[in-house]
Amino acid sequence: MIEDPRTKMVRYIVIYTILTAGAIVMMVPLFWTVSTSLKTRDKITIRRLELIPDPVAWENYPKLFEARPILQYTRNTMVIVVASLFGAWVPCTLAGYAFARIPFPGRNIFFGILLATMMLPYVVRLIPLFLFFDEIGWTRTFGPLILPRLLGHNAFYIFLYRQFFRGIPEDIYDSARIDGCSEFGVWWRIFMPMSRPVLAAVSIFAFSFAWNDFLNPLIYLGSNKELWTLALGLNALQGFEGEDNSLNLIMVFSMLMIIPMLVVFYFGQKHLISGVTAQGSLKG
Amino acid sequence: MQASLKSQHTQPEATWKSRFQEWWFRNRALIGFAFIFPWFAGFIIFDAAPFIYNLYLSFTDYQIGTVGTPPWIGFENYIKIFTEDKFFGKSMYNTVYYLGFSVPLRLIFAFLIALILNLRVRGMELYRTLFYVPSVVPLVAATVIFAGFLNTRYGFLNQFLVLIGAMPVRWLSSPDAIKPSLILLSLWGFGGQMIIFLAGLQGIPEDLYEAAAIDGGTGWHRLLYITIPLMTPTIFFNLLLGLIGGFQIFEQVFILLGTNGGPLQAGLVYMLHVYNKAFRDFEFGYSAALSVILFLIIFVLTLMLVFTSNRWVFYGDAQDDDG
Repeated sequence: MIEDPRTKMVRYIVIYTILTAGAIVMMVPLFWTVSTSLKTRDKITIRRLELIPDPVAWENYPKLFEARPILQYTRNTMVIVVASLFGAWVPCTLAGYAFARIPFPGRNIFFGILLATMMLPYVVRLIPLFLFFDEIGWTRTFGPLILPRLLGHNAFYIFLYRQFFRGIPEDIYDSARIDGCSEFGVWWRIFMPMSRPVLAAVSIFAFSFAWNDFLNPLIYLGSNKELWTLALGLNALQGFEGEDNSLNLIMVFSMLMIIPMLVVFYFGQKHLISGVTAQGSLKG
Repeated sequence: MQASLKSQHTQPEATWKSRFQEWWFRNRALIGFAFIFPWFAGFIIFDAAPFIYNLYLSFTDYQIGTVGTPPWIGFENYIKIFTEDKFFGKSMYNTVYYLGFSVPLRLIFAFLIALILNLRVRGMELYRTLFYVPSVVPLVAATVIFAGFLNTRYGFLNQFLVLIGAMPVRWLSSPDAIKPSLILLSLWGFGGQMIIFLAGLQGIPEDLYEAAAIDGGTGWHRLLYITIPLMTPTIFFNLLLGLIGGFQIFEQVFILLGTNGGPLQAGLVYMLHVYNKAFRDFEFGYSAALSVILFLIIFVLTLMLVFTSNRWVFYGDAQDDDG
């Protein structure tokens, strides 16, 4: 079909206008965050719109580290992140591998259970789990946040691995087995190296869910300031210090939480889609 | 046969290692169980047992200070929820109000922008990133940013409204504006769904469009008869996850408005009510009953969507595409 150059032109103008306007609207809150994080204290309480900070208060960033135990928050958050990554890499891949490649009695039933748990909202487990951890004296510790993650208690990751592993040709598996490779060896030497896209995708999920988790740290660590995560620290800064006169520091804190996420997604973005969709996980 | 093939590769003497490997070979089922054991243990401890215990709790009067077996009170919690609890209806209304706008609006924005980005215009990758980035912002940070952004006096939005001569709005302190503010915040994160739509759109075979073009189909025809039908599974997926997630909205409200849910409880959502009953009033039995009701609503809604999906979701033709 040959398009009239003028209608083509109009079409492009419409497309770029929509995209540009939309992108600006989406970016304004972030731009405002960066700008506010660099404003001096007396500038944040001006009632007039001022997008470019003048003067630029770089000192807000070191100031936040003095005002709040940021390094401690970060360390606490990383404890949860590391547990989450371990769970995603070891127990989850093993389970995904078993569901994809090892025939064992009742496999389909177990897999059905796995799928069913993906639909189970957290709210119906919240209270019993809290009472349970309270009973064994684990509230105010990392235990309730770490143990499920170390066990790889995430049906979604296992499901993604299983779908990906099923896409790896049977021949590769068979020849490795015939050459005397154990199941563990096949998993470690063949499946894991071949699964970089899905491993990258799941790692991004694991990192971001742990980094962003709020409700669990709130319930279990809320009363133990020593173990607060970044999310709890940010919430406290915004909640108690009042919204107005520390708005710049709140935005500095927000930036500190955003930047690692951007870095992770920047390096992982090409795997994110391929790892989740390439091997037909959306096809079932 | 496997053993004979294997002996060609290994040395004739049966070392403990090769014997062990042969034993492993025969015990694949055992290995399978071993590999899923951590997940299964987690399932029992963190899914099955709590789920059942939660159901049990909902029929008891378990409160703080309850020692030993909590007293069994039958359906009393449930009756109380439906007859006396003035926050039950309120919080359910607020949640459904929020859902009713945020879920469809997110889907529409995500789908439209994905459609435009899929036209493969120049600079598409930059635009995709710009639309996607806000959804990567951690929810706590996004909420805190919006608290400032919507601040009545010092926030961007009101200052901008004043600049263009409009009336400023008390976004987070007037009961009428609270739910729209929450919807606005949820719309900011539509990028995640957009990426899923984009992946789906890029999976539509080009030759379908070519065939339509040969048959003289216009752009609208392609959209209505090829793109949208082929995208219905992805739309269904996003709709289902959006609804399930939307019913459980909690963090945003907790951070923006505190446990009361703002003035006149305009932002008291269902999960906040559950949270308050459990962790502020310590009425665990009652709170468990509230959570069971939410579970049933989500469960029934999911079933209804799944069973009506064959009327509008296109699951491909009967032919196997493996061949």
